[in-house]
Amino acid sequence: MIILDNVHKAFGPNKILQGVNLTIPKGESMVIIGGSGTGKSVTLKSVLGLVTPDSGTISVDGINVLDADRDAFLARFGMLFQGAALFDSMPVWQNVAFRLLRGSLKRPRDEAREIAIEKLRRVGLKPHVADLYPAELSGGMQKRVGLARAIAADPEIIFFDEPTTGLDPIMSGVINDLIREIVVEMGATAMTITHDMTSVRAIADRVAMLHDGVIQWTGPVKEMETCGDPYVDQFIHGRAEGPIEAVR
Amino acid sequence: MIKFVASIGRTVLAILASVGRISTYVGQTLMHMVRGPFYVKEFLQALLSIGYYSLPVVGLTAFFTGGALALQIYSGGARFSAETVVPSIVAIGMLRELGPVLGGLMVAARVASSVAAEIGTMKVTEQIDALVTLSTHPMKYLTVPRVLAATLSVPILVGVGDVIGIMGGYVVGTTRLGFNPATYLHNTVEFLEFWDVASGLVKGAAFGFIVAVMGCYYGMNSGRGAQGVGQATKSAVVASSVMILAANYLLTEAFFSA
Ligand SMILES: Nc1ncnc2c1ncn2[C@@H]1O[C@H](COP(=O)(O)OP(=O)(O)OP(=O)(O)O)[C@@H](O)[C@H]1O
Ligand SMILES: [Mg+2]
Repeated sequence: MIILDNVHKAFGPNKILQGVNLTIPKGESMVIIGGSGTGKSVTLKSVLGLVTPDSGTISVDGINVLDADRDAFLARFGMLFQGAALFDSMPVWQNVAFRLLRGSLKRPRDEAREIAIEKLRRVGLKPHVADLYPAELSGGMQKRVGLARAIAADPEIIFFDEPTTGLDPIMSGVINDLIREIVVEMGATAMTITHDMTSVRAIADRVAMLHDGVIQWTGPVKEMETCGDPYVDQFIHGRAEGPIEAVR
Repeated sequence: MIKFVASIGRTVLAILASVGRISTYVGQTLMHMVRGPFYVKEFLQALLSIGYYSLPVVGLTAFFTGGALALQIYSGGARFSAETVVPSIVAIGMLRELGPVLGGLMVAARVASSVAAEIGTMKVTEQIDALVTLSTHPMKYLTVPRVLAATLSVPILVGVGDVIGIMGGYVVGTTRLGFNPATYLHNTVEFLEFWDVASGLVKGAAFGFIVAVMGCYYGMNSGRGAQGVGQATKSAVVASSVMILAANYLLTEAFFSA
């Protein structure tokens, strides 16, 4: 279980998170929606300790993330970055198998490569992609390699920052199914950021909407359409008119 | 007037603050160096890109410097009919001073810039964050291999540069200044002392350390975007060059002031 309690974060005068409260139960898929620049990525990064909140606490299974033993803590996580963040100095398969080639999860090279190719297949990439370099891939392919890397070591907790952005509709469907499968079959806890409402409906157990530095609304995905919250309503229907200003 | 003083004050404070941050960074680097895990493959790659691929540029620099040094000393020495000192002065000058300093500066230009740009790009494209989430410490994975590789390989580069520089002097001395080849070589080694060679190599190690640490430091602290990386690269080259010259003075003082 991940609990964010009254988390604040500002970059200089720019107040991003202003009291975020959110609970993600174990084994559930939480989707975070919200306008561009509202701090969704910053929220994920604070849970991982990549960004240190100015105040408030974040705990995973009752342990404050800032006190946790970093190696053991991070070994439980997988993260897909918004920009994929692939290591451009190494071929795709070594990116995917990064964790399996060193550290506590290290295994023989051949085995690591096989796992990498299998994970690539699950994100819809052919085996020959394994030996290409990230710079030789399209944006959507890079994103999927990033996804394969995030799930390579079968983590318990997975964060996806916009997994389907830049993918064609069919590939988005494949990725949505994959995320759902990971949560249902492997019992992983997932936190996904997305702007794609089809994705939200496909992968969420619960939805949280971040706006103005706080969680405006959170609840089961079934109630999203009928919750009556004007912010959620405007957002999911993509209306220009409403409480959320177009210029932010 | 107040504004002017205030701006000086701000600059001094900023310099002090970055001296503090760099010292902390050096401390962390040393701490991570002695504690594992140690990434062998990254270390070997760094040896190749920092040490081996710097050979041509360091060699060329040394060759031309040695040649020019021979010409200068010859014409300078002629003023008090001491032309015969050319071989020993070229050797001492190259070994103690010009080999390490010019070698260090060339490595600063070549290595500090590329390390800062590479790590800076990794920083702005979130690759450093990705490393952390993959349970890999960026200091151990990126900084330590590069710093170790530079500290070990720059002295070797300096040694090779010294030999090539002395050869440059030899070529100019024998072809242009009419020295007898055998006498030139004899005079080169005749008056050398152990510390002439050793001090240059120690300097090389210190300069290698400076270059790699500054490259990594500025890369890791790169601002956002292409502009941030450009700024980081520039700062890494400027800072490592200035620090090399300052360290060179201090080391020379330490070795030879007595
Ligand atoms: N390291 C940083 N330094 C300064 N400002 C930052 C930093 N990281 C994020 N910000 C700022 O925080 C705000 C929120 O950023 P974040 O990346 O979380 O947005 P987001 O909700 O993920 O938006 P998007 O949907 O466009 O990805 C932005 O205004 C951004 O400029
Ligand atoms: Mg984002």
